[in-house]
Amino acid sequence: MKRVALLGMPNCGKSSLFNRVTGASARIGNWPGITVDLMRARILLGAHMVEVVDLPGIYDLNGYTEDEQVVRDFLSAQPVDLLIMVINAAQAERQLRLFLQARTLGVPIVVLFNMADEARRLGISIDRDAFTEHTGFSAHSISAKLGDGVPQALAQIGHMLGNTVPSMPSFDALADADLEHALDQLAHQSIDTPVTLSARHTDRIDRAALHPVLGPALFIVAMALVFNAVFLLGAPLQEGIGAAFDWFRGAALVPLLAPLPAWLSGFLIEGIYNGVSTVATFVPLIVLFFFLMALVEDSGYLSRAAFLMDAFMSRIGLDGRSFVMLVMGFGCNVPALMGTRIMRARPLRLLTMLTIPLSLCSARLQVFLFIGAAIFPAVWAPWALLSLYLFSIAAAVLTAWLFRKKFASREPFALELPPYRLPTARHVLLRGWHEVRHFVHRASRFIVAGVALVWLLTHLPVGVDAASTASWAGQIGSWLQPLLSPIGIDAQLTLALLFGFVAKEVMIGAMAVIFGQETSALGDTLAQHMNIAQAYSFMLFTLLYTPCLSTLATLQSESRDWRFTTLAVAWPLALAWGVAWLAYTGLSALAH
Amino acid sequence: MCALSELKTGQDATVVGLRADHDFVQRLHALGVRIGRSVRIIRRGALNGPLQLRIGTTDIMLRHTEAALIDTAETAVRA
Repeated sequence: MKRVALLGMPNCGKSSLFNRVTGASARIGNWPGITVDLMRARILLGAHMVEVVDLPGIYDLNGYTEDEQVVRDFLSAQPVDLLIMVINAAQAERQLRLFLQARTLGVPIVVLFNMADEARRLGISIDRDAFTEHTGFSAHSISAKLGDGVPQALAQIGHMLGNTVPSMPSFDALADADLEHALDQLAHQSIDTPVTLSARHTDRIDRAALHPVLGPALFIVAMALVFNAVFLLGAPLQEGIGAAFDWFRGAALVPLLAPLPAWLSGFLIEGIYNGVSTVATFVPLIVLFFFLMALVEDSGYLSRAAFLMDAFMSRIGLDGRSFVMLVMGFGCNVPALMGTRIMRARPLRLLTMLTIPLSLCSARLQVFLFIGAAIFPAVWAPWALLSLYLFSIAAAVLTAWLFRKKFASREPFALELPPYRLPTARHVLLRGWHEVRHFVHRASRFIVAGVALVWLLTHLPVGVDAASTASWAGQIGSWLQPLLSPIGIDAQLTLALLFGFVAKEVMIGAMAVIFGQETSALGDTLAQHMNIAQAYSFMLFTLLYTPCLSTLATLQSESRDWRFTTLAVAWPLALAWGVAWLAYTGLSALAH
Repeated sequence: MCALSELKTGQDATVVGLRADHDFVQRLHALGVRIGRSVRIIRRGALNGPLQLRIGTTDIMLRHTEAALIDTAETAVRA
């Protein structure tokens, strides 16, 4: 099989081209020694089966960022038949720099001048014949977004692959290449740029979007729209999927597993199936989130939001993009964590990932709404909830500020502001589809293991009542008492916290089991069980203590670093205890 | 001659020197910021926020600390 890799700078439209060429067949690929996910797909090009690999967009083959290292690692370990060099035609005079580096590698290259439509509107024209004459590499003019010129380019690549042999690029000549002089020469020979560029519609939008006052207001409106759309559209889907899982359990699974011993069917149904189906209800939220994020990202707006928030975020060791993801975390932490992939510097990305689980997600909101209504006087309940949101933001800011030295980012903040573009539906849908498959693939084993563990803890040793104090979970609850009683959390509430580790959504249901009450009568029972200081301490602890299993699985699959994942569990736990202790002690003192 | 961070918004200038370290100079080159190229500050972010720069057909944002490493000379106003 032949192998072809796509190489290009950020904002050259490389992913659009990859999606256009490979469609839904693309998979996340793993390569030995490569630490990030690269998309790959097998397609038929001419007479050859070809594996197409989408390399991360990079500025410099000699560069120092993680993505640039990944590209070098990949190219030095995996033989390729041909490199497809994608260049934004509207910015060819600087993006050709990467081509000048790539041509020293000694691998066949086809150059695709992408976004030909955009370049034409700006009056920029590229003389492909002159380019080929001076460089010896063939070039095509395409629009990956509209599809213009793509079939012709692919046909020629298929033809060229008949004469190629897989070869390992050589990086020997790379460092010595005289880029700046050669770039001027090549640009002079093959690119015609008008002296003055016409005013762009992007400038007009930016006048509002980047306005010191209007800009932030528009940003809040945009985020509120995304946030509400995810939940307005996602919540019914989530309920629908939950109902479908319940129906399947009642109609098929229970009768099917009836012949099995009670403990085994209980484990499979109440343990694995119920746990996994709870997590599966996250999938619609993730799909929607990624559709909307693909829309926002492809439109070019995300870098504007980063521009607006950077001044504040830089003071706590993050940058503008971190803020966008933190806001997304208020919906669901999982897709927000996956969204941090747009960050190039790993320390910055890890620091952002450390703060996201502190965002008060919609699942925690359910718990707080229930407890708030059950225990707080009606006048106080909304303020208690608001204070929890403020604690959530303060915890994220504090965390970033405390760890900003440990995760100090070396990458200077130099970000492109691409022109606004209308995303295509095809690209947005493919993005969402790829992300969901990735989530299910990576997180599934982790989640199954977690729900199995919690079920076993609450049902062993054999013969105990489920989740009773005699069960292992109950015993753990008792052991944890010396730690949790100072913050007003008793053994039964500790058990609820253990369930909350699987998913915060199951906490209320778990409490119903623990207190032996229907969910409807649970509120009164809780009101007798806890005073306000205990309830507020419990809510603060629930807000911060530990991310749910889906979030934890995502932290691990995205960071691929157990030490980081351990920190992301241990630090919020310590913070939760400290904050809950202060609140419990303070409120108890006030009550006396 | 003045640092890019001190340049007036909307004023055309020419890059005459890059005092950044090797890695960052390479990054600036890749973004099109090179000696001899014309550059303009389109706007400044509020509260000492980043600068929006235009070099040719590319817009980028840079923080003050990084823009201070770029020396510029005012380009003569065209009639």
